[in-house]
Amino acid sequence: MSEFIQYTLQGLAAGGFYALSALGLAVIFGVLGVVNFSHGACYMLGAVIAAVLLAELSLGFWVALVVVPVVMFGFGVLMERLLVQWLLALDPLYNFLLTFGLTLILVEAVKLRYGVSGLPYEIPAGLGGQVTVGSVNLSVYAIFACVFSVVVCIAVGLLMTRTRIGMIVRAATEDAGRTRALGINVGRWVTPVFGFGIALAGLAGVLAAPTRAITAEMGSNFIIILFAVVVIGGLGSILGAVVAGFLVGLVEAYGVAYAPAYAQIVIFVLMAAVILVRPSGLFGREEVA
Amino acid sequence: MRSRTTTGVSAIAIAATASLALAACGGAGGPQAAAAGGLTDGKVVIGLLNDQSGVYKDLSGPNSKVAIQMAIDDYKAKYGDKAVAKDIEIVTADHQNKADIANSKAQEMYDRQKADIILDVPNSAAALAVATQAKNKKKLYINIGAGTTALTGASCNRYTFHWAYNTAVLARGTAGTITKEGGTSWNIVYPDYAFGQDMNKSFSAEVTKNGGTVGQSIASPFPSDNFATFITKAGEGNPKVIGSMHAGGDLINFVKQFNQSSLKGKVQLAVGLMFITDIHSLGVDQFAGTQFTDAWYWNFDAQNKKWADRFKEKTNTRPSFAHAANYSAAMNYLEAVQEAGTDDADTIVSKLEGKKINDVFLRNGEIRKADHAVTHDVYLAKVKSSAPEEWDYEDIVKTIPAAEAYGAANPACTMG
Repeated sequence: MSEFIQYTLQGLAAGGFYALSALGLAVIFGVLGVVNFSHGACYMLGAVIAAVLLAELSLGFWVALVVVPVVMFGFGVLMERLLVQWLLALDPLYNFLLTFGLTLILVEAVKLRYGVSGLPYEIPAGLGGQVTVGSVNLSVYAIFACVFSVVVCIAVGLLMTRTRIGMIVRAATEDAGRTRALGINVGRWVTPVFGFGIALAGLAGVLAAPTRAITAEMGSNFIIILFAVVVIGGLGSILGAVVAGFLVGLVEAYGVAYAPAYAQIVIFVLMAAVILVRPSGLFGREEVA
Repeated sequence: MRSRTTTGVSAIAIAATASLALAACGGAGGPQAAAAGGLTDGKVVIGLLNDQSGVYKDLSGPNSKVAIQMAIDDYKAKYGDKAVAKDIEIVTADHQNKADIANSKAQEMYDRQKADIILDVPNSAAALAVATQAKNKKKLYINIGAGTTALTGASCNRYTFHWAYNTAVLARGTAGTITKEGGTSWNIVYPDYAFGQDMNKSFSAEVTKNGGTVGQSIASPFPSDNFATFITKAGEGNPKVIGSMHAGGDLINFVKQFNQSSLKGKVQLAVGLMFITDIHSLGVDQFAGTQFTDAWYWNFDAQNKKWADRFKEKTNTRPSFAHAANYSAAMNYLEAVQEAGTDDADTIVSKLEGKKINDVFLRNGEIRKADHAVTHDVYLAKVKSSAPEEWDYEDIVKTIPAAEAYGAANPACTMG
């Protein structure tokens, strides 16, 4: 039984992190209808920038947690202004291909500059060690990452549902024409929302830096799991991304515990099952699917 | 519509004719017998086929070309006007760790670029594909970067040599030593593909042979970044040693997450395959105390250090064992050409077989005739707790003599 609890806790810890990582993807899709394939590359950039801040400017984890999202927000704004906006009127496939191409460029650029072996990073002071209760234990950092992720997810959820900004953004996605008729400048909100989504990807990258290998390819495999998370949760749904993040974390942990070789396949089996029963995902709106 | 179809057909016809014509030309200009005592095409062409952009780029990659160029420079300096090979060329290609690309690039090197020998080829699947090409084209191939024992086992052939290490050597060095020193109960986590499965088999066999037991062998998906649960599972049954058979980014993920788990300090972590570039990327303190088998270490003795200094002047980094092995293989190939007076593959093979070598990379080295494994002393290394200078990460705990490291010739090998 204690083993079961151990795996459950580990699944939940990983799930919180998945939820935060998928959040930006859900926000951007929900508002712009863009399937941002470069989300994984932006997550990687977040981690790489954190590592560079540490190595070259001796700025640690806590500073990176603030600085990196700001930098990535700027990067997202540039990306939207220079590239993404021109394709918004076309088939979503165009932006999917654009962001896919951008991923390849970003990954190769990082390889060119920082090589392929990865960059060093350490657990921030005070977050090392484990918490042990009985025969169950979790690393302090995993608990921190999970709690931090959940707090950010709730904050973003509240921002979208409880504030005027959130209301405008949601109205704009629902019916841009009518929102405009009410005297609201819809276009003004598109760019910051895109930047915000990219900033969330960067934030997830910083959070990953102490526990994962920081390499140019670190987002390439991860984005696939994130797509599974948003598809299960319902494309564009923030609550969906959070619930699905935890679900995927748990399923993966139980997979490892009881059928290790199939640990990753079970995620996609879950995804297929959800799509069969609810094509728009657990919390997706029908018209999105 | 109709005219389109016609165009389609004629395009196919043109393509087909063109390819036939090319094939015919290739045939005409194909294998040229070495003029007695001379060089094919009047020059020696060394092909370097490896990963120039992916996970093994830092380990070997473009800097291996620098190492091979060093061998060429040394050869020319040594023989001067008496050199048989006056015109030596290096051609390189990136196999991107894909066996099919390795296969076609090797073909291109042997046929079109007139490569007399192909070097390096990390990644076991790619390595085996090139071995087949070498056999079919009857051209030389010295593998350095790959670990599979099949190169000197079931897939061995007259033209293929395996210079630096193999998975069985790693297992004897690391699993054998740790088990003998009292680490008798193991759990192993390995990535679920050819290399990982091979490593798991070799390590399990070696632990058992030395009186230890392997409780669980756990397969993990490849690639993977969340190992927390795998580490928990590997800790079940309180083993004395957990063996990670991962490489590259997976290994770094595993070690980082192991260090954050409650097993750190209680269970010994043994790493199957580790390169100095891995330690460099994760930081020496994260790996501190980890034992592994190394084929060569740049700061082992004065001879290695001197070569490493030359390498650093050209690349601004320290060499991995793969860089040194590429140098050694290229140098010994050129020496064989010098001795034979020709680059004819069959003549060179007979010059190389059975040769005993001591050079900057090989100590007590011998090119074993039976299976073409190049046996030599290897080292049990332990990661230092802090680095006195950049790249100075390893303490050599023990030299493992060639005979002990390589064992007997692989019985699965029948030189075809």
